[in-house]
Amino acid sequence: MSDITETRLPAAKPSRGSLLTDPRTRSILIQGTVLVLVCVALWFFISNGRANLAARNIQTGFGFLDQQAGFDISQTLIAYSDNASYGRVFLIGLLNTLLVAGLGVIFATIIGFGVGIARLSPNWLVSKLAEVYVEVIRNLPLLFQILFWYLGVLAAMPAARQSLSFFGLAYFNNRGVVLARPLFGDGSGIIGLALLAGIVLAFIVRRWAHRRQMRTGQPFPTIKTMLALIFGLPLVAYAATGFPISLEWPVLRGFNFAGGIRVIPEFVALLLALSTYTGGFIAEIVRAGIQSVNRGQSEAAGSLGLRPGPTLRFVVVPQALRVIIPPLTSQYLNLIKNSSLAVAIGYPDFFALFAGTTLNQTGQAIEIIAMTMAVYLVISLIISGLMNLYNQRMALVER
Amino acid sequence: MSDAVFVRKEIVPGAPPPLAVGGLLGWMRRNLFSGWFNILMTAISIVLIVLVVPPLIRFYFTDAAWSGDSREACLGHSGACWPFVKAKFGQFVYGFYPIAERWRPNIVFALGAFLMAGLLIPRAPLKRLNAILFFAVFPVVALVLLGGGNFTLNQFIIGRIIPLAALLQGAQFFGLTVSFWLDFVLSAIAISAIVFFVARALGADGGFAGRTTAALFAVLGLALLALDINFGLVPVETRQWGGLLVTLVVSITGIVTSLPLGILLALGRRSHLPAVRIFSVCFIEFWRGVPLITVLFFATYMLPLFLPGGLTIDGLLRALIGVTLFSAAYMAEVIRGGLQAIPKGQTEAANALGLGYWQTMSKIVMPQALTLVIPGIVNNFIGLFKDTTLVMIVALFDLLGQIRAAFSDPAWATPTTLFTGFAFAGVIYFVFCFGMSRYSMFVERRTSAGRRR
Repeated sequence: MSDITETRLPAAKPSRGSLLTDPRTRSILIQGTVLVLVCVALWFFISNGRANLAARNIQTGFGFLDQQAGFDISQTLIAYSDNASYGRVFLIGLLNTLLVAGLGVIFATIIGFGVGIARLSPNWLVSKLAEVYVEVIRNLPLLFQILFWYLGVLAAMPAARQSLSFFGLAYFNNRGVVLARPLFGDGSGIIGLALLAGIVLAFIVRRWAHRRQMRTGQPFPTIKTMLALIFGLPLVAYAATGFPISLEWPVLRGFNFAGGIRVIPEFVALLLALSTYTGGFIAEIVRAGIQSVNRGQSEAAGSLGLRPGPTLRFVVVPQALRVIIPPLTSQYLNLIKNSSLAVAIGYPDFFALFAGTTLNQTGQAIEIIAMTMAVYLVISLIISGLMNLYNQRMALVER
Repeated sequence: MSDAVFVRKEIVPGAPPPLAVGGLLGWMRRNLFSGWFNILMTAISIVLIVLVVPPLIRFYFTDAAWSGDSREACLGHSGACWPFVKAKFGQFVYGFYPIAERWRPNIVFALGAFLMAGLLIPRAPLKRLNAILFFAVFPVVALVLLGGGNFTLNQFIIGRIIPLAALLQGAQFFGLTVSFWLDFVLSAIAISAIVFFVARALGADGGFAGRTTAALFAVLGLALLALDINFGLVPVETRQWGGLLVTLVVSITGIVTSLPLGILLALGRRSHLPAVRIFSVCFIEFWRGVPLITVLFFATYMLPLFLPGGLTIDGLLRALIGVTLFSAAYMAEVIRGGLQAIPKGQTEAANALGLGYWQTMSKIVMPQALTLVIPGIVNNFIGLFKDTTLVMIVALFDLLGQIRAAFSDPAWATPTTLFTGFAFAGVIYFVFCFGMSRYSMFVERRTSAGRRR
């Protein structure tokens, strides 16, 4: 027996259909608001900017790039005199930044991989030392480290007469570093060509060896062959052309050195600080990357009969690189951006020359700061684009 | 049959006992001297330690000058000149903040440390109240205490249309400008009413919208009131601030302002609305692509040109704006990482329960995402703390800038003054940053406890 009574639900009232709860209206409304706000903000800034520039009698435009700069620069990679234009200053600054950043990236990578691997060393003392290095370096501000190297260490170096010598190849003193200069005689062009040919051949061999191994399964001593090609060919050419490259040894004359390449102390301090600082961060990335590879991977490789060397090269490192590359990229970008701290010690990098001296002399704040930001932005985008490309090649191919 | 049988006649000598595997010796044998390469590395490490550690100890402790009150006390010592730090300590911490007023930064330090401890210690109660106090009340209190308060407020919104100030002829009431507050109250009522009617016209809950707007105005009003009241504090210009005070003000303002901005930007970047997403992506990528120092230069030299003519912004405030924009972009990326780690099922479940976007985000997704990225946020904060040193380049004196300025004091010119300054600054920065990184590791262990097997 059932006493189910039929109850009829009251017919649902058609909702009042608020415009605000309709997804499409909401989407248009919100996006419209954002656009209007952005436009209003832009209009606000631009109109203020125009009014201010008019009130201060500042001419806008990029004409100042052709004006004579009229100041000296302590390190120039291309010809420069004080009657060159601000455009030239822009270029020199850019080259100086790229020089210190490029060398910094190389040294930081070497330090980072060295220390990162040392942190995983079975040797307790070595891994502790690496850990102390990483902790100290990462927990001190970069500007502090730059100033420490510049004001503290380099300024405390002996005077030129008591320079610390490194086998006569390099002299360290309180005015920077003097390096032996390689002199390229007749026929050194051939050596350069041989080096180029060696690199190209090495890569062709690598491709061929890879294909052959894929096809037949036979390995080829690729790395040894590549090294032999890259270093052997130029050496052969060097001997064949009659040893045309010689060194110009720096010689102490009076109170300073004659000959050799003079490296200004600002450059040395900046390079040291940038590469040790970024190296500390890279070390952590490398350690985390290697540790992220499951232990089962190397155990499996071992049970397949691979020895520790090949296990590392073919199993662990390729997988670790996948984890390492994205954060490594951002460290490289950080290093390039951090090189702008050169302004604190007076190294003539792009920022110091352009946003510093040029801005002070011309007063074209808007153009100069916009150009400076644009340059760093473009460098960042190029590097991250390249590293993304590399990352895509290394990434796991998924379904 | 073969007779070539060999039978051993004597007993085989016992195998040598195994090398010690336990104890200190065994540990050393395994970890330090297990092969020629390892022995070499150990030797190099010992040489490094001998080269670095004893000189450091000599510099910091045994060879250092500990007492005295002038440079003469340090001249005979090859180690640190601690009397220099002692004499300059006030400057390193407060900059040129007037000595009679130093109790004010002290209160701010204590209050900040207390609230921060409440937020950072997991077991401390009243987290929500604490967060409101730290993120909303503390900045206002700090601003009033440090700067002296008693700001001049002239007109709000309606005052720009109706000349209230002229009508009331600058009437004052306990140091408050009556015209401004009349203006504020009228504007608040008018705007709340407009919101109420617009929302109702569009068919939404008009009462809720109006009440929310009125509540926001009330909060803003309280903050402005605190800034406007004359507490009788001596005004101290930001130019006189310096040292650790500036370092902390810049870094804490950076974190407090960049967290909400970063959350909004991260949500914007993951939004389905193209205009919002593109705006967020451009904003984030722009600020992340340029060095902080260009941002500071932008804020110092370019920003004043883009603001209305009569408006001058304080040098410290400019740097704060730059730091905020910069760190908000980095914060947004950290939070986006957290958002991406939350499975889609969470949002779908919330939607199935009938929660709206903001409810889903604030009650379901954000709490999980933020706990996940606390280490990232702390790391960001460490970076920000270290980056505050850059304000030195736009002529503000933070801790490092103040110490650098002290090097050139002829009254303390000794061969070791410079190294003493670096030694002191290094210890301070290291203690702060190392402490923060240990904290983030502690949090990471706690939050990952559920996932650990």
